[in-house]
Amino acid sequence: MRKKWFLSLLVVLLIPMLSGCNVLVLNPQGPHAETQANVIKISIITMAFILLVVYSLFIFMLTKYRASKQDPNYKPPHIEGSKVLETIWIMIPVLIVAFLSILTVRSTSDVEATPKSMQDEKPLIIYASSSNWKWHFSYPEENIETVNYVNIPAKRPVEFKLYSFNTMTSFWVPQLAGQKYAMANMVNTLHMAADNPGSYFGRNANFNGKGFANMDFEVQAMTAKEYDKWVSEVKSTAKPITKPEFDKLLKDSHVGLKTYTGTHLEFDPAPTSHQHSGGQDEPEDMEGHEGHDMSKMEHDKK
Amino acid sequence: MKEYFSRFAIENADDPMIIGAQISIALVTIGIIVGLTYFKKWGYLWRTWLTTVDHKKIGIMYILAALLMLFRGGVDALLMRAQTAIPDNGLLDAQHYNEIFTTHGVIMILFMAMPFIIGLMNVVIPLQIGARDVAFPRLNAVSFWLFFIGAMLFNISFVIGGSPDAGWTAYFPLASNDYSHTVGMNYYAIAIQIAGIGTLMTGINFITTIMKMRAPGMTLMKMPMFTWSILITNLIIVFAFPVLTIALALMTMDRLFGTHFFSIDSGGMDMLWANLFWIWGHPEVYIVILPAFGIFSEIITTFAQRNLYGYKSMVFSMVAISALSFVVWTHHFYTMGHGVVVNGFFSITTMAIAVPTGVKIFNWLLTLWKGKIHFTVPMLYAMGFIPIFVIGGVTGVMLAMASADYQYHNTMFLVAHFHYVLIPGTVFGVLAGFTFWWPKIFGFSLSERIGKWAFWFIAISFNVTFFPLFISGLSGQARRMYTYSENAGFTIYNMISFVGALGLAFGFLLIVYNIYWSTRYAKRHLTEDPWNGRSLEWATHSPVPEYNFAIIPQVDSTEAFWDQKEHGKALFKGNIEPIHMPNNSGQPFIMSAIFFVFGFAMVFSMWIVAIISAIGIFACMWYRSFENDHGHYIPVEEIEATERKSGVIANED
Amino acid sequence: MKIDHSVPKEYATEENRLKIFGFWIFIGAEVALFGTLFATYLTLVGHTATGPTGSEIFEIGPVLIETFVLLTSSFLIGLSVHAMRLGNKKAMLTFLGLTLLLGLTFLGVEIYEFTTYVHEGAGLQTSAFTAALLTLLGTHGAHVTLGLFWGLAIIIQVSKRGITPETANKSFIFSLYWHFLDVIWIFIFSFVYLKGLM
Repeated sequence: MRKKWFLSLLVVLLIPMLSGCNVLVLNPQGPHAETQANVIKISIITMAFILLVVYSLFIFMLTKYRASKQDPNYKPPHIEGSKVLETIWIMIPVLIVAFLSILTVRSTSDVEATPKSMQDEKPLIIYASSSNWKWHFSYPEENIETVNYVNIPAKRPVEFKLYSFNTMTSFWVPQLAGQKYAMANMVNTLHMAADNPGSYFGRNANFNGKGFANMDFEVQAMTAKEYDKWVSEVKSTAKPITKPEFDKLLKDSHVGLKTYTGTHLEFDPAPTSHQHSGGQDEPEDMEGHEGHDMSKMEHDKK
Repeated sequence: MKEYFSRFAIENADDPMIIGAQISIALVTIGIIVGLTYFKKWGYLWRTWLTTVDHKKIGIMYILAALLMLFRGGVDALLMRAQTAIPDNGLLDAQHYNEIFTTHGVIMILFMAMPFIIGLMNVVIPLQIGARDVAFPRLNAVSFWLFFIGAMLFNISFVIGGSPDAGWTAYFPLASNDYSHTVGMNYYAIAIQIAGIGTLMTGINFITTIMKMRAPGMTLMKMPMFTWSILITNLIIVFAFPVLTIALALMTMDRLFGTHFFSIDSGGMDMLWANLFWIWGHPEVYIVILPAFGIFSEIITTFAQRNLYGYKSMVFSMVAISALSFVVWTHHFYTMGHGVVVNGFFSITTMAIAVPTGVKIFNWLLTLWKGKIHFTVPMLYAMGFIPIFVIGGVTGVMLAMASADYQYHNTMFLVAHFHYVLIPGTVFGVLAGFTFWWPKIFGFSLSERIGKWAFWFIAISFNVTFFPLFISGLSGQARRMYTYSENAGFTIYNMISFVGALGLAFGFLLIVYNIYWSTRYAKRHLTEDPWNGRSLEWATHSPVPEYNFAIIPQVDSTEAFWDQKEHGKALFKGNIEPIHMPNNSGQPFIMSAIFFVFGFAMVFSMWIVAIISAIGIFACMWYRSFENDHGHYIPVEEIEATERKSGVIANED
Repeated sequence: MKIDHSVPKEYATEENRLKIFGFWIFIGAEVALFGTLFATYLTLVGHTATGPTGSEIFEIGPVLIETFVLLTSSFLIGLSVHAMRLGNKKAMLTFLGLTLLLGLTFLGVEIYEFTTYVHEGAGLQTSAFTAALLTLLGTHGAHVTLGLFWGLAIIIQVSKRGITPETANKSFIFSLYWHFLDVIWIFIFSFVYLKGLM
């Protein structure tokens, strides 16, 4: 009786989920997100099975052995245990864990590489760097840069090279792939691809201060032709990104959408390796920082 | 001069909530001082509470502090849920919200769950093992007072200087001076450090107590399961807390002395903080859950009137859980870019913990088999725990799978998971234990009627509050977002969650009301064994005399008291002899007060005050070294008189 | 208090036995503490930024003196405990005093070492490597410093009160602490200095 309450409550709460409204993670639009959604669905089913076993046993025990249903003089027996039962409820979970482990290692390996269905395509490389509280997208191949939005060609693997100018952030586009941290001093690679053209929501998922809640961005996947058209449009209409302009961008908290030709990587390259050997500027006051090559050793700290 | 003092001010000092808090703190402090003076209770306070080394009183103080912190952490929670109930809400701005979730996390884990558990540990363990106190009573008092002033120091941040605001996990470089320039994170580093020293001492104390002071005949495999859980928990404490000590020390050095451990320049490594924090942090969550498991074992056996099924497996499963807890920490940041091999390894170790945990669930269920189940309030919490905690457990397995975690990480799905293990696990456990052992300590029971209402409100509201968050997380709501826009689609989940939070608040208020009502109206001294208990703590008087047992019991089974009742096996044999007890001492309180000054001075970089108070702390230790205090003996006549007053002569067979 | 005369005085009462057991557990915690410092050091050892590396600043001379002095002091405290067991208060105090004297010498050399590093541009704030190095060495040095004061308190108490179960217990526990610091130094010598100079 009590347990009916729990179960009916759970069902009631599951209805919004069943109606599928906007549950981005379970509505994948790219091969990696789809792998992950499948893993999630398999794990939900597996876990539901475990819940079923536990709940059935639980309801049985409570209904059958309640004191109110028994003789007041009944004295429960001493039951030490059972090696057989212990073995069963160790071995079956071990098998489940083994199954899920294999699934995990396989799927993790898949999502950390170019999608299998797009193996023969050349990945497009885009640098996504974060500063408080915005995303800078540098396209070295096309030599353009955007802020707080990124356009990609659909049906083509994209490799986002992630790093940060200061706080640790997490680059996340739920419908296309899982997230990965962008940190100072090293570059992480996130593999992603969109199956179809469309607009996809992205955000920073790692809390990094006051402006965190608004640190989202739009990913627009376009057909190859539309993408090329957009790139040439940018090249002909946008201003070049200059160092003073970029420094100002780094300093301002919220800058809206911006588009430039050239990338900041020319005068402010990404971290080269994990063991950062050069000095870096004081994070909050970036004015007057001469372009520095991170591999050089001499640098005066202010 | 003005600039010097401006550090102590809060950034948005005209915020009504801050002004309200400052006024309340001032009023309450004045009220306490005036009250104590008017009722001439200073002497009583000093003699009975501030200088006590009695584990029972220390336990009560821990639990009282934990309840106060539960209130503060709960208000934080309610404010957060109210703020996020509707999109673009203006109740709290970002800075304020960030401070609130940071303090909520620190308070609930370190200043609510830990002291509640350590409080129950203090009250119960010596009684359960048939001892007169813990191994090091003076050290025990130091542990409490260090915790207490650590908590006070942390709480005062709200009105002097500003609360920490970088999350309870305090990742760098966000938590560095460059991005958190108020003293808030200094409070974090130093207050937790001081409280942590107290916890480490508790670890040493209780391992020694359990290993060396058990009643004759109580071998390790005859200990009650709560005692086992506490032994293992304290072993984890001894090996995990030093990691936190170093992590916080390095953080303090980065923030106060300009070092570069975790900075993003001069070779610092922000990832190192995350690793050190979680190498402590993961064992920490097992520190708060294993005692709850122990409490549930006691409660389920008592109220199903059966012995614990699979005693040996229950012990080995806790040993396995504690060992595994040290090799899973990376699952807290799979997304840091480690690659398949590392993430794969940690996925496997993390999922492995589900196996011994499952063993425990099944053993508890089989303990109900052929039992005679009475649904008292403690049993309701235990029965609520099983189905609800298991949801937390299975979502934990889901999170353990690295590839999927790349989607779940840092979303509300994660928040829902850990609340589904912490609340039905730890919180239900301590509430159940609190209700269960209350009559032993105070000589009267809490009202079952009010308790049941509280339980149902809490159990149902909990699910209403947190289940929708699984879905909002999968819909893209990250954690720690102070607001979201209308078109994000999270509104319905957050609104339902807020309604649930109101229900939870009401349930907790009922618990407070229960304490008041029962203290006022409940019948006193009805029995020393109100629940028909099975272990040794029920073989004492209620309230328990200073010396616990007039004669140390002799034990030869896992359920010694039950066997005395059911099979007439005598527990107390022999004659009463003078009992040696430690003296009270003001040193723990005084040294901790100096620690408070030291901590406060460090937070505000007041070096001279810090150095002087540090010398003061060492002076206390020097004084203690030369002290020649050997305690006192309670004479036989006094013991016999106490025993007679309680109605039972100890050497009755 | 029941005194068991068949065991050494430091184990002779129940309280004594509890304290020794508790102290071993404390040493377990200290292992975790120094383990964390070593892990931090080994992680950051290459993060020298614009500052010097270990091989640039380590000098084998002072390090050998520190090692010899500390190891000898450990031997001497062993002799002190042995004298204590034989009931020879004078010998016990002499060896204990010499132990502390050598400890003080160790500290003196270490302070010289630190000031040299700072003059050479390897200060606490220079780089992650120097921070980790100085914190690891400094934590060990702080433990030695605390030990000097603790040892002094024990010398005073033993000379005033004699070798009782209480003072024997304190002295024995202190010796455990001192030996432990010596073991930590051996790890420091191996993993910091030798490794850095190779």
